[in-house]
Amino acid sequence: MKISSEIINKHGINSKEYKKIVNLIGRDPNLLELGIFSAMWNEHCSYKSSKKYLRTLPTKNSKVIQGPGENAGVIDIEDNDALVFKIESHNHPSFIEPYQGAATGVGGILRDIFTMGARPIATLNSIHFGSPSHPKTKNLLSGVVSGIGGYGNCIGIPTIGGEVKFDSSYNENILVNAMAVGLTKKNKIFYSKAEGINKSVIYVGSKTGRDGIHGASMASAEFDDDADEKKPTVQVGDPFTEKLLLEACLELMKDNSIISIQDMGAAGLTSSSVEMASKGNLGIEINLNKIPCREKKMTPYEMMLSESQERMLLIINSGKEENAKKIFTKWGLDFSVIGKTTNTKNLVLNFDEEKVADLPLTALSVDAPVYDRKWKKNSNSNKKNYPKNYQEKKLYESLQKILISPNNSEKSWIWEQYDQTVMGDSIQKPGGDSGVIRIHGKNKGVALTVDSSSHYCLANSISGGKQVVCEAWRNLISAGSTPIAITNCLNFGNPEKEEIMGQFVETIDGISQACRYLNFPVVSGNVSFYNETKNKAISPTPTIGGVGLIKNLDNVMTKNFKEIGNHILIIGKTLGHLNQSEFFREVLNFKEGPPPDTNLFNEKNNGLAILNLISNKLVSSVHDVSSGGILLALSEMGIQNKIGALIKLPKNNVKIHEYLFGEDQSRYIIEVKERNMKKTSKILKDNNIYFEKIGITQKSFIEIKNILKADLNDLEKLNKYWFNNYFNESI
Amino acid sequence: MKSSVIVFPGSNCDRDVAVALEKFKIKNEMVWHDEVALPKCDLVVLPGGFSYGDYLRTGCIASKSRIINSIVEHAKKGGLILGICNGFQILIETGLLPGTLLRNKKLKFISKNIFLKVINTDNNFCTNYKNKNIIELPIAHNEGNFFGNNNLINKLEDNNLIAFKYCDNKGKIEKESNPNGSSNNIAGILNNNKNILGMMPHPERLIDPLLSGEDGSLLFTSLLKS
Repeated sequence: MKISSEIINKHGINSKEYKKIVNLIGRDPNLLELGIFSAMWNEHCSYKSSKKYLRTLPTKNSKVIQGPGENAGVIDIEDNDALVFKIESHNHPSFIEPYQGAATGVGGILRDIFTMGARPIATLNSIHFGSPSHPKTKNLLSGVVSGIGGYGNCIGIPTIGGEVKFDSSYNENILVNAMAVGLTKKNKIFYSKAEGINKSVIYVGSKTGRDGIHGASMASAEFDDDADEKKPTVQVGDPFTEKLLLEACLELMKDNSIISIQDMGAAGLTSSSVEMASKGNLGIEINLNKIPCREKKMTPYEMMLSESQERMLLIINSGKEENAKKIFTKWGLDFSVIGKTTNTKNLVLNFDEEKVADLPLTALSVDAPVYDRKWKKNSNSNKKNYPKNYQEKKLYESLQKILISPNNSEKSWIWEQYDQTVMGDSIQKPGGDSGVIRIHGKNKGVALTVDSSSHYCLANSISGGKQVVCEAWRNLISAGSTPIAITNCLNFGNPEKEEIMGQFVETIDGISQACRYLNFPVVSGNVSFYNETKNKAISPTPTIGGVGLIKNLDNVMTKNFKEIGNHILIIGKTLGHLNQSEFFREVLNFKEGPPPDTNLFNEKNNGLAILNLISNKLVSSVHDVSSGGILLALSEMGIQNKIGALIKLPKNNVKIHEYLFGEDQSRYIIEVKERNMKKTSKILKDNNIYFEKIGITQKSFIEIKNILKADLNDLEKLNKYWFNNYFNESI
Repeated sequence: MKSSVIVFPGSNCDRDVAVALEKFKIKNEMVWHDEVALPKCDLVVLPGGFSYGDYLRTGCIASKSRIINSIVEHAKKGGLILGICNGFQILIETGLLPGTLLRNKKLKFISKNIFLKVINTDNNFCTNYKNKNIIELPIAHNEGNFFGNNNLINKLEDNNLIAFKYCDNKGKIEKESNPNGSSNNIAGILNNNKNILGMMPHPERLIDPLLSGEDGSLLFTSLLKS
């Protein structure tokens, strides 16, 4: 039976692609086979628009054990310890059904981590919502937050950091990016590549239901008015089963039973079986009657395309089946031998003793289309532009406006819904520059951060891409860690449009430049295109998850001022870049002009100098100066301990608004005791670091003589006001 | 001193509490919920987590586990039992402790450090809090809102069976320092014989100065004395 062009279209396959399929397999596919092609060839699984550019990213340094291409990246953190981490998006499902969308986003990323043999030790998330006044925002925000919490809390992995941002470009396309980090031994890493013929292919975990069918295809198209009708494509999560699956897999991984393992994530059984077999250059044969099904009369089509959660595919060594079965039975999980590896290099599916699909694996993987899409430059507009009379704005009122704005408000309303302390190793909880997790039983730790700055990327994608990597680097340095590598989640609109593709190409260029210069490679990540509704795309939003190592936890650093009478220094030069600053955006509602550019030489030099000071125990606190500028950074350093700053503006040509609110990059504020000043200045001078002494710490107030005096108690109240007010809760 | 930490499907603080017990030289064994008998031990710990995914009602399915009978026996013989968070919920479902744990008043999960006043220091779990009875510990729960009718609350108050109450950093017990809506700010209670303690806060999570405090340690060192 020939398939109608309408059905082909519905599968998101265009006529050229269909011709290619026919050429590759030498005949028309049947409906099941078409479904499988659609699952493997969609943007989400095939990276067909992004592949060309992703290849340009640096992915190696001396610490990288596994770069992109596996379930997650792996780095060496010494003493035979390996850290496994990745960030992934779950944007489209979360918009349609915020609780389940976000929950299964967390579930999916956790599976990526323990699939590689690592016990998850931390999660982070970056979530973006539309304007707070948009009618959907409140519901989406509270749904996403309880979904993330509902899943992570139940499994018992601490949420150690994150970011929450609002912008009208996300009104109809929210972003939910979840990052997970796990710990294993260097000699205990598991991969997805199948090896050996006639090995048992085993299905474990939850039963397969009809949820999430075509989820990956849904995430590869724009939304229109019928977004709500796509609810059935959203998966439903069961964190309890995931916890059992985690424990069962880690138990089985103790010996050498497993040859390869892959979670059933996007495109479920299809993509997991295809990936395992094609990486191993083998074939795979599956008997679909053996699939544990949740519902009656499920068809092969439904089984292959379901995205039911909490499932894994294993290939295990001969003779190990019984022992494996015992473990999964103990944890109350389904366990079924569903097939075997073959030498045919084909995916063969049997159902009711009939062959229902037979496809060459290369057609599904390496021969999938790759596009070289047209793109348009987005980095031309570097002309600075200023709103009228901005210098007349009162400093204190401006600071108040920034502190109370949703984007700069303190986010405890959110993170207090996430378990941050389970596992007993949370050294630095959310609210600092980075989260810090101790490596269990040792006196070392890892610093973790997620960052994005979409309005910088919208204004200039190259500068923005560079900046966001540097921001992550700076946050890791501020916690006293040596940055090692990143994972990235690239959220963009429709790549078939030249300007969107241009944002993507240039953002990658910026990320690539910064990663290369800082020796801070990308080891994992994902791309989410089609974050677009009715022709309106989100701002380009690359989210960077950064990881750094703290070899000695005695050197962990925080941003809070520690005592009165210490010196305050600014590292890095303040030129006063105000375009795209919080001051212009929040106080003057002025959104034109270029973002600050980042000088990578200064970035690296300043960062390494800070680490030098920290390891010599010369600084009491460190905070990077980013959005909001110096005045906001000082306030953030003061609020926790109610230790403020008495500032004397340095004599230079920078005007006061520019100096206090400018968002020049590569800067830090540090607190130094009098007795450490000499050594500190020497190290900074020896390394050619530009720095300014701007004042001393004092009790209770952020103060500039005769110009500004702000009580930290008031600033704290303002900073905590917005979320509680928005959700109508008393403080 | 020997302890048994019971592991239910979905327990997730079992390792944390085992680490704490061992840190204070209590010899611990992990016991799978499906066992019939407890190993010989002085203390049984029901750890935090989401046993059985908290499906049906928190702690309810775990309270029907095979191991529970021998835990009830252990209790009857005067053996010590500590239930933390989900463990407290399980103790209530088994009937070893009275009352109910409702959803938090604001219907949200709460994870943060709170202050507690140790009300009863005259029991095996809390003797070392005699000299420090205002402490800081983390809570992390969705159903920690302790509720009892007036009779029960009066009985608990009159018989000094309340171990911990939520307070502020000065020890003041008032509405503002009650994170989850619990009756009389109750955070932990004892049974009549004071050999069973159920508490929502997590002492095992603050036993290390690197983790911003060690107020949990005193509970484990108290147990050593018993």
